[in-house]
Amino acid sequence: MAKNSTSLLSPAAWTAFGIAATALVLVVPVLNLALPATSAVHVPDYLIALMGKFLCYAIVALAIDLIWGFTGILSLGHGLFFALGGYAMGMHLMRAIAGEGVYRSELPDFMVFLDWKELPWYWHGFEHFWFAMLMAVLVPGVFALVFGFFAFRSRIKGVYFSIITQAMTYAAMLLFFRNNTGFGGNNGLTDFKHILGFSLLEPATKAGLYAASALALAGTFLLCRFVTVSKLGRVLTAIRDAESRVMFSGYDPLRYKLFVWTLSAVLCGIAGALYVPQVGIINPSEMHPGNSIEMAIWAAVGGRGTLVGPIIGAWLVNGAKSVFTVAFPDLWLYFLGAIFIATTLFLPDGLVGLGRFLSGRKKRPNRDRS
Amino acid sequence: MIRFAPIFPVLALLGFLSLPSQALASDDAAGGDYQKAVAGLASDNRQTIIESLDAIARLGDPRALPALDALQDRRLKYDAKGRALIVAKDERAAVDAVTGENYAGPLDALSDPPVNNLVRQHISAVLSSLALRSPDPEQRLAAARELADRPVESAREGLGKALAAETDGRVKSLLEQTLAQIDLKSPDKAARLAAIRAIGRSGNSDFLPALRQVADRQNKSDPLNADGEITEAATRAIASLERRDLVVRAARDLFFGASLGSVLLLAALGLAITFGLMGVINMAHGEMLMIGAYVAYVVQEFFSSHFPNYADWYLPAAIPLAFATAAVVGMLLERTIIRHLYGRPLETLLATWGISLCLIQTVRLIFGAQNVEVRNPAWLSGGFEVVRGLTLTYNRIGIIVFVVFVVVLTWLLLNRTPLGLSIRAVTQARSTASAMGIFTSKVDMWTFGLGSGIAGLGGVALTQVGNVGPELGQSYIVDSFMVVVLGGVGKLAGTIFGALGLGFINKFLEPFSGAVLGKIIVLVLVVVFIQKRPQGIFALKGRTAD
Repeated sequence: MAKNSTSLLSPAAWTAFGIAATALVLVVPVLNLALPATSAVHVPDYLIALMGKFLCYAIVALAIDLIWGFTGILSLGHGLFFALGGYAMGMHLMRAIAGEGVYRSELPDFMVFLDWKELPWYWHGFEHFWFAMLMAVLVPGVFALVFGFFAFRSRIKGVYFSIITQAMTYAAMLLFFRNNTGFGGNNGLTDFKHILGFSLLEPATKAGLYAASALALAGTFLLCRFVTVSKLGRVLTAIRDAESRVMFSGYDPLRYKLFVWTLSAVLCGIAGALYVPQVGIINPSEMHPGNSIEMAIWAAVGGRGTLVGPIIGAWLVNGAKSVFTVAFPDLWLYFLGAIFIATTLFLPDGLVGLGRFLSGRKKRPNRDRS
Repeated sequence: MIRFAPIFPVLALLGFLSLPSQALASDDAAGGDYQKAVAGLASDNRQTIIESLDAIARLGDPRALPALDALQDRRLKYDAKGRALIVAKDERAAVDAVTGENYAGPLDALSDPPVNNLVRQHISAVLSSLALRSPDPEQRLAAARELADRPVESAREGLGKALAAETDGRVKSLLEQTLAQIDLKSPDKAARLAAIRAIGRSGNSDFLPALRQVADRQNKSDPLNADGEITEAATRAIASLERRDLVVRAARDLFFGASLGSVLLLAALGLAITFGLMGVINMAHGEMLMIGAYVAYVVQEFFSSHFPNYADWYLPAAIPLAFATAAVVGMLLERTIIRHLYGRPLETLLATWGISLCLIQTVRLIFGAQNVEVRNPAWLSGGFEVVRGLTLTYNRIGIIVFVVFVVVLTWLLLNRTPLGLSIRAVTQARSTASAMGIFTSKVDMWTFGLGSGIAGLGGVALTQVGNVGPELGQSYIVDSFMVVVLGGVGKLAGTIFGALGLGFINKFLEPFSGAVLGKIIVLVLVVVFIQKRPQGIFALKGRTAD
């Protein structure tokens, strides 16, 4: 982190950012689409899909970092916001294939299966892409705003807040598991065919979605940077380190916390909306409390309170997951468990902190006393 | 309720058949009727068969049993002359159903009477009404149940006789109800009124639909429905049944709520103690439940392979072992990991989550991902029926008693022992306690062991009511957190109120909103509740500002 700097990035950092962003947004899709499969530097389709997923996860990790790393509030419910954004996109994709389902009905297949005659009111509007995207941002945002208002107002903090958010996502999961809730129950929404008229099976569409995710990640990164170096960001850090003192200095932590909490939820919603067309399914298991905890560890592994760290963490943990669940499925949970334990015990500042320590730079003062 | 297969009365009667037939035979005057009825069983006309069955039901003669049995098994046939024949089970010989003489003709020339479901229904009704004359009250009870499930009008006369002769109270009330059920459709006004009153007295809400039909004046197909007296009596009976139903349901919810709350209490008690003491949320706490449950499983397997005669007594052996195992695991975790994270509760939360993942995977690798079966010992299976519709099962009663026992022990430990004194002191003011010479780090370790051990006990209790699988702990962890949030920390009473409150609310909401929605409502209520009382129901008064 640049010291006391109010500029967005230093010139060197801008260069690094530019190179990384170009590589992710432009070079990888081009290597995938333009080169023949035999080429040595060709990026295969499965890798595009995998990296697209990881990019969405990285956005989530940044969002969690914003609320946890910078403001000291550990949310164990971010999976809910991610899923809400995903469901908004999923609903649009379901509406986009109206009449093309198994039953050739205007209604999504699962509603035909449940013998529903017309769309529930909350499904209206989702046939428009712009509306669905608005909802992907608004639903998690408004929900977070309301939930956060009540939680922060009664000054729920620390582990209390964590377990309340966990209960929140757990309750939502139970709700979405019900068939009557109208979101496809257990199976969720799936069998998507096209987005904005492009077939989801086309490599070009996939590369496009990937590029969109990469752009979103770059944008999220800059936004988070903007927030954290601003005066607002400094108040957030102050709340993390000594909330009472912030209050006694005349600031109202409620508004700051509420803002960053809502922003974080909105970012998750965007990530979810990008995630769903790439994996082709959204179901309530995304809201499982375990998922949300895993999201928190992405940020922790990379390094809380930094912005590069969570991105690295999300990629490393999920990369390891992809390798382990295929090669040593029995060992994956041990490995994941070990990551949790080792990170908290030995790497409180994550890999970025470790890098700083190894490169001999001064360790940042121990800040986490929340 | 246990449902008996229609074959049951036949089996029940086998012993009864060996009695001298003279003693059981009806008077000779009915002999002709009897022979005609049995002969009519093997007819090509379904109507004749049913009439013959009804005649046998009226006669109540047990000599007809072999023929009935054969008819049910499709072994009753008739020859060209229309004689009823019972073919032996090995299909090599046949005897005359009426006289018992051996049949000499070719077996493959015999014809089958047309038996369909309607006939079968009548057969089982007749078999049951015959079984009502058995000397064994248990057999009579089984037969009465069978009849109550499928009342057949033709059995009415026989039922009346059986009721008059019946001495066993349970059989009597069942027979009365069956009779009332038949009389409810009777065209005779007096009989129907009596039936309605009997149903009203019986308190059996299964009759509600039938009663509603009677109370319905719009039902023109039944002339008696226009009768004001009948409909009024029926309406009154309905009201009384519904009132009773409500009370029974409330009592049942109370019981189930108490037992659910007890399980939650065991799950949350240790959590609340360690959270109060160290400010640490132990995400691996649910896995202590799981460990306790698997210890019970291992002990059960050990008992059934080494002491099969005492297999039912694995439970008392499992209780201390589960406590010890979970406590040791808990203390190990505290010493190796959690101790190093003091002052960083959020990180502790993540680290303990990691621990729980490892524990789950270990159990999965050892015992497999499938659920394992932990049986209820004989002395905990079954239950007793307090009133109709309210059965208190022994396993749930056992859990409630066990939880009371554990809570009392925990209270004694916290309030009457030096360790308890230290725990309370450290909970209230860690640094002061430390300054007064209490080894806070040792207290932490022992407390963690205690909390984990109690969870282990909870695991043993869970085996008696739920599934035992690697994910067992995860399904209870959110609920036990809610108990802690609701009840606050540092006070036993808070946890008890929190757990029982959640248990009751859950069970009372279930009928209105379904189990899932009930759970969601509870979670919303908890979030709303902590708006008002962020420290839980029983806040510990302290001076900490945070």
